[in-house]
Amino acid sequence: MARVAMLFDAFRCTGCRGCQVACKQWNDLPAEVTHNTGSYQNPPRVSSDTWLLMQFREVEREDGGLTWAFRRYACMHCLEPACVSACPVGALYKTEEGPVLHHNNRCIGCRYCMLACPFEVPTFQWDKGLFEGPQIKKCDFCVDRLSAGMEPACVQTCPAGALMFGDRDELIAVAEARIQEHPERYVNHIYGKDEAGGTSLLYISPVPFQQLGMPKLGSAPIQKDAEDIMQKATPAVLVGMLVGLSGLYWVVKRRQEMMGKNGGSGTQGDREA
Amino acid sequence: MTREIALRRPPISPAVVVLGGLFVLGLVAAIIRYVNGLGAITNLNDNTAWGLWISFDLLCGVALASGAFITASMVHLFGGERFRPLLRPAILTGFLGYLLVILALMVDLGRPDRIWHLIIFWNTDSVMFEVGWCVMLYTLVLALEFSPLVFERLGLVAPRRLIHALIIPLAIAGATLSTLHQSSLGSLFVILPEELHKIWFTPLLPLMFWLTAVAVGPAMVILESTISSRVFQRGLHLDLLGDLAKVIPFVLAAYIAVKFGDLAGSGELDLLVDWDLESGLFWLEIIGFVALPMVLFSLRAVRESSGWLLFSALLVIGGVILSRFAVSLIALGRPEFAASYVPHPLELAVTIGVVAAGVAAFALVARYLPLFVEAAPSTAAE
Repeated sequence: MARVAMLFDAFRCTGCRGCQVACKQWNDLPAEVTHNTGSYQNPPRVSSDTWLLMQFREVEREDGGLTWAFRRYACMHCLEPACVSACPVGALYKTEEGPVLHHNNRCIGCRYCMLACPFEVPTFQWDKGLFEGPQIKKCDFCVDRLSAGMEPACVQTCPAGALMFGDRDELIAVAEARIQEHPERYVNHIYGKDEAGGTSLLYISPVPFQQLGMPKLGSAPIQKDAEDIMQKATPAVLVGMLVGLSGLYWVVKRRQEMMGKNGGSGTQGDREA
Repeated sequence: MTREIALRRPPISPAVVVLGGLFVLGLVAAIIRYVNGLGAITNLNDNTAWGLWISFDLLCGVALASGAFITASMVHLFGGERFRPLLRPAILTGFLGYLLVILALMVDLGRPDRIWHLIIFWNTDSVMFEVGWCVMLYTLVLALEFSPLVFERLGLVAPRRLIHALIIPLAIAGATLSTLHQSSLGSLFVILPEELHKIWFTPLLPLMFWLTAVAVGPAMVILESTISSRVFQRGLHLDLLGDLAKVIPFVLAAYIAVKFGDLAGSGELDLLVDWDLESGLFWLEIIGFVALPMVLFSLRAVRESSGWLLFSALLVIGGVILSRFAVSLIALGRPEFAASYVPHPLELAVTIGVVAAGVAAFALVARYLPLFVEAAPSTAAE
């Protein structure tokens, strides 16, 4: 399997939420009790029972009118995932094929992945006690379907052709072609091509991506500084402290012994205690 | 030989009963959490994955336990033998602090039954990996540094000698692990360049967390000595505490320099005059809880007065608590979901129960183990 990816075309999307339902069906996820938030969108965010959510936003058009903007809100399957970097026990991992998966048997429930993810995707089962074993939940790219040679459930169900599954490089080419062919339809940017080191989910949109609800991210993985601290600073501090403190102790001890000899008093015995 | 100081209080006082009650309350809340899940007793949710327990029990708990490594380093490594009378209570405070951090983590972790996974599954890229290992290893070091009190009480000479022989390596390991641990708690938030407000976010967070932990160590020794001298009606080593406090202004000055230097370096000084919540917190911390105690501790009159010493120490402690809450909770915005989080009463109950357990444990140790000792003129004959 090549490096799989998915292209979401927010211009083609009709907001039917078929993908959201297909995701629930395939993954056997129960419905959620939610409240009306004044929009067609429901529920308010992804959760342990809703791995894919279509977000509805009203956006002002250039001519002053309003238009819907639909954002596909689910795991972006980053090429260099912050959650994978953050997980202390390696429960989250990036597969060679592309999907970012969660190995539940390892998870200790520290929820650092939830903090680290710039897309606020990983969710936790807050209502499960110790005996039910709460888990971190998120989209798994339908990895079970992929290994059976099928497309992800959301892609297969999309009636508007807004979702496309395939090789990442090919999908980037498709996205570029669509933008080139209809520059009036799209913002000239493929979100996910470079964001946070690149993601397996690629978005093209008729409205600026921040209006769509996507976070503004640079092209460096957000965990870069943290990994530098772990890989460079921490070993240096560890060795430096051990050597430095040992040396300091030796110097202080020597000096006190010298002073003890010179002064002739017996107070240096205190050091031994 | 060390001479034990007899205490005059009875073992079971009304205070111990109150503390026990608070602990039981926290325990009940924890049991509800174990049965019904974290959502049952907390206001945590997918928008706010970390709350009061991480901000206070973990971040403040570890910072406020730093008196142990500061005092141990002074006594064992830096030739500050005269500080020895402060050592045992400081070690105990640190040891209990770490035990309580673990206790709180056992409530906060989603799968506390798997905490040992940290030992066998490694991800060395993860700051949380370092945090976990430092908690485990430094708690072990503190247990060993504390163990002579138990061996002395039980009259076990051989293990007492063994620890005695290892005390220098233990002090070096303790200072190293503490430095790594205190700083790594700051590193935890370096992965949040987008979510953490620019005034508070910096890759230098680990350095800032370490500096404030070093400053708060002596402050905690002052607090703990002052309280126990009053509760147990014993003398206060005012001269030693004043001496120990001399280091605080230098550390706080370094902290201020790093804070402003960092913002100047990233061209974000103008954010400080935005007068919003985050800049307000910044000035509150810098003026009220850093600059003020820095000035106070550099005054001889303050260092020679137990009341002023305590007041200044409380300022430093308050500043550390403020900065930990600012970084981990207040200045941490989630762009997609502006989450407003207020701890659930039962979350608070767990935290109060944990603190109560710590205070009660300190009192029990003070009563039953040789905690307060005065160094005899020469201990070489021991």
